[in-house]
Amino acid sequence: MGAAITAGCSRIADSTPGAKALAAAEDWHRKAQRLFAARTALAPEYDRSAISPSFRGNGSLTVDSDAYRMALAQGFADWRLEVRGLVRHPLSLSMDNIRRLPQRTQVTRHDCVEGWSAIGEWTGPQLGTILEGAELLPEAKYIVFRCADRLRGAPYYESVDLIDAYHPQTIIAHRLNGEPLPERNGAPLRVRIERQLGYKHAKYLTTIEAVASLEDIGRGEGGYWEDRGYQWYAGV
Amino acid sequence: MKRHAFSTRLWHWLNLVCVVVLFMSGLNISNAHPHLYWGDWGFDPRDAWLSVPRFPGWMTIPGHYSLGAARDWHILMAWPFALGLLFMWIAMLANRHFRRDIATSRSEWRWRSIRAEVAAHLRLDFHHGRGKYNFLQKLAYGLVLGVLLPLMIATGMGISPGWEPHLSWLIEGMGGRQSVRSIHFLAAWALFAFFAIHVALVLLSGPFRQIRNMITGGRE
Repeated sequence: MGAAITAGCSRIADSTPGAKALAAAEDWHRKAQRLFAARTALAPEYDRSAISPSFRGNGSLTVDSDAYRMALAQGFADWRLEVRGLVRHPLSLSMDNIRRLPQRTQVTRHDCVEGWSAIGEWTGPQLGTILEGAELLPEAKYIVFRCADRLRGAPYYESVDLIDAYHPQTIIAHRLNGEPLPERNGAPLRVRIERQLGYKHAKYLTTIEAVASLEDIGRGEGGYWEDRGYQWYAGV
Repeated sequence: MKRHAFSTRLWHWLNLVCVVVLFMSGLNISNAHPHLYWGDWGFDPRDAWLSVPRFPGWMTIPGHYSLGAARDWHILMAWPFALGLLFMWIAMLANRHFRRDIATSRSEWRWRSIRAEVAAHLRLDFHHGRGKYNFLQKLAYGLVLGVLLPLMIATGMGISPGWEPHLSWLIEGMGGRQSVRSIHFLAAWALFAFFAIHVALVLLSGPFRQIRNMITGGRE
């Protein structure tokens, strides 16, 4: 009986209207959430005493390259964050540049799509500050995060729309619990998008790119996991 | 016996489809991290209050482990499920099905009459006097419609990061996000238990007539 239902569902999922309905549902959730609930509302922030004793690493736990190992050994003195794409002023920010921008510190909960959660204190500039410095062109609709790590041979990347990019809690974090970001948590830079699931919070960040469409990136679904069947809108 | 209203029958079958797909895709999602915690956070199986077994492919949608596809099914069916329940409640209040058939009266809560009903059920004697449902049925249907099904929606929204800022009172009230996730899981299995008993009692009490009545409404 269970097997029959499973087989039936596979047949529906493989059909064109079935696949369309499945994709549409994610869109309904995004629209409903944005209709009934201001997207600028903040995810809960906790007291420092709520911080988990350790912060689980997941997905890539390091970047498997000599360049990264050398950068890690040198404390990421030469690491740079590129800001490019549909911007008036492309930027190449050093770690020092990033540390000198106005900082936001937030104790938030990380919710992995698998179901587990961890609480940590993150520090870094708001992504909005960086985007204002680069000045988005009017055609820009999405912000793409490109990463140094590869997962199962493919480069990791993620993307969000401008509503999430400018959310006050969307920061480019370089510290976790008051220390420089540990290797397994994405050293030296990762994104925090507190109203999205964990796979959106790209680690080992190298490039922020403003684009008009996600079609030509990766397999065109907007992120490493999205290309493998996960929902682009991870607010649900 | 009073006929089942069209709205009741429509919702009954729609809800069955939704709950089955939600449950089976939920088991696939459970396989991603089959450990349950209390409180706001939890990621280490050693801290889990319960670690559940891996559910085999014949129990899950899709039939192989795929968190992305299972979540697709789960969030698709959440819509007809939640809107269907809202519709059912409006219909039940409007057509007085709730007042007439499900709401219990004080006299039914007497220990002696409850004991008599339980005894009759254990003898598989399903004849009851006036009214459509006996006390145990009213209690079960009331708990499912009024508590478990709404709880599935509330806890489902509570573990969705997009809704969280607007439901923080609810999530804190239930003890934090991982507690909400645990309650979602427990309520799902409570519904499964109801489903199993419900089907068993239909089979024991004239399945042909019962199923026909839930399709056509039955005779007045």
